[in-house]
Amino acid sequence: MKPIDPGLAEIKTDMKRLAIAANSIRQDIIRMLVESKSGHPAGSLGMADVFAALYFGALRHDPTNPSWDARDRVVLSNGHICPVLYATLAEAGYFPKAQLISLRKLGSPLQGHPHKGALPGIENSSGPLGQGISQAVGMALVGKREKKDWRVYALLGDGELDEGQVWEAFLLASKYKLDNLVAIIDRNNIQIDGTSDEVLPLEPLADKFSSFGWNVIVIDGNNLNAILHAFGMAQSCTDKPSVIIANTISGKGVSFMEKKFGWHGKSPNKDEGDLALKELAEEMKKLEAI
Amino acid sequence: MADNETGNPEQKTAMNLVPDIFAATVPKKASRDGFGKALLELGEKDQNVWALTADVSESTRTHWFAEKYPDRFVQVGVAEQNLAGIAAGIAACGKQAYISAFAAFSPGRNFDQIRVSVCYSNSDVKIHASHAGLSVGPDGASHQILEDIAMMRALPNMTVLVPCDLEQAKKATLAAAKLKTPAYIRTSRENTPVFTTPQTPFEIGKANVYRDGKDVAIFACGLQVFEALKAAEELKKKGIDAAVIDMHSIKPIDEATIAQYAKKCGVLVSAEDHQVNGGLGGAIAEVLCESHPVPLVRVGVKDSFGESGNCAELYKKYSIDSAGIIKSVEEALRLKK
Repeated sequence: MKPIDPGLAEIKTDMKRLAIAANSIRQDIIRMLVESKSGHPAGSLGMADVFAALYFGALRHDPTNPSWDARDRVVLSNGHICPVLYATLAEAGYFPKAQLISLRKLGSPLQGHPHKGALPGIENSSGPLGQGISQAVGMALVGKREKKDWRVYALLGDGELDEGQVWEAFLLASKYKLDNLVAIIDRNNIQIDGTSDEVLPLEPLADKFSSFGWNVIVIDGNNLNAILHAFGMAQSCTDKPSVIIANTISGKGVSFMEKKFGWHGKSPNKDEGDLALKELAEEMKKLEAI
Repeated sequence: MADNETGNPEQKTAMNLVPDIFAATVPKKASRDGFGKALLELGEKDQNVWALTADVSESTRTHWFAEKYPDRFVQVGVAEQNLAGIAAGIAACGKQAYISAFAAFSPGRNFDQIRVSVCYSNSDVKIHASHAGLSVGPDGASHQILEDIAMMRALPNMTVLVPCDLEQAKKATLAAAKLKTPAYIRTSRENTPVFTTPQTPFEIGKANVYRDGKDVAIFACGLQVFEALKAAEELKKKGIDAAVIDMHSIKPIDEATIAQYAKKCGVLVSAEDHQVNGGLGGAIAEVLCESHPVPLVRVGVKDSFGESGNCAELYKKYSIDSAGIIKSVEEALRLKK
């Protein structure tokens, strides 16, 4: 597979292709979670559009050469949404899709939270929240100091912003003017014990990032066009790191899971999975007909 | 391996310590300086060596590197959690990253980051923790971490080194650099005799026998190695023949040397500026219980916090100086009977 290196002006707004990829990723997420009987569907489904736009629209990468030195780095900081990462990597061809259903099983490289080195395409181990962004800042600092043209994309959950470490990392990224770094916040407003407004209010979030010296882009995180556009805006910003606050719908694509924090860390059973897959398959038919 | 049942008269010579370790002329310097010198040397030899600190570059002797290689130095501010994570990210780009801070805060504060970002990913990150133990003195209990060895040696993929003086801290750092995996290097601020020399051997996982003996063997690490040597000299006057072994490597631990002296002396003493639970004493107890059950008396802090005072006063009060070691040796000899 040829590396995808769009250069911003030339991003192919092939929305149909991206939408189909996102749908396929969602179906795989459901299949994996039904099989594993544990895991985190809400955030995974909600971020499927961002992952599709990233891996199939913006990222410079080569699934046949995961350690390619010139690749863009993707750092998943909120490791619990790894089903979307695994499904996306398989969709892109990093490893066979047949491996997906081994998620969380004994001996599987698809650990419950990502383990660097276990699978091609995994740049960092994560699980305890707040740790990925620091690693992303470290990578971006090397890239910047050594004048590399690769970029670093760090994905974080909004609940993860409760952790103090992320703000340490945000300060440092700003200090070193890491314009090769893009943080994407999954702003779905849900976490384990309730909405993030209830658990620990984050607003005004955009203002917080602005005051930390970041270039802030707020988008509908389930709109592929908006996501690609945001990646472009981030790339054209200089001397500042960029943050994309992606307002997403948790559980997106499966009507009975949408916006319900009960689905944060609960996997669907077989019947629920079948229902979800049926819904996604109908959506896929519509997409293919476009 | 040098010894044996009869003792080896060449042992001390082979270790190449300074000729008279108790002479007033032996220079006193801090082991943190050894780290700083080694870091500078590594920075010159290898473009992939990076150094990071959390607002304590001078105190940890990272400033020598920072002045010479600013493009590979990172000042993260008072943010030890980020310190470990940034280093893991730098290491993920093929670099070797050295993080330096006070032991009370790194690993005291960032254990989770060291566990997951560093050890779980088996990152090439070296953790230099200075100002460890009671030896930091007047700053008091909050700054006198006595639990770091226990935390670090429990981690998979981690190597744990506790050098006894400046010269050994330098060697330990250079040896850790050859590993492409995580390592923990514990140093002190206190100026203490530099009694080892560039010719003194250093090998990770291989204890240094500085003094052979048949009655009891004292296994020490860090500043307690010198205290143990002082104790052995005093014990000799009382007719007690004590071996002194420098356990600079807590992990991997030199099981063979522990076994050898368990067999030869029948009783051991451990000595460290750390909690006896989980530290060197704990590590030796594990080896003994599993394969060579002989009595062990542990010198160290006994499940308490420290307090303000100077290093010598604290070592005396908490019985981890040479006098404390002598008392424990006498206790050990009673257990032997």
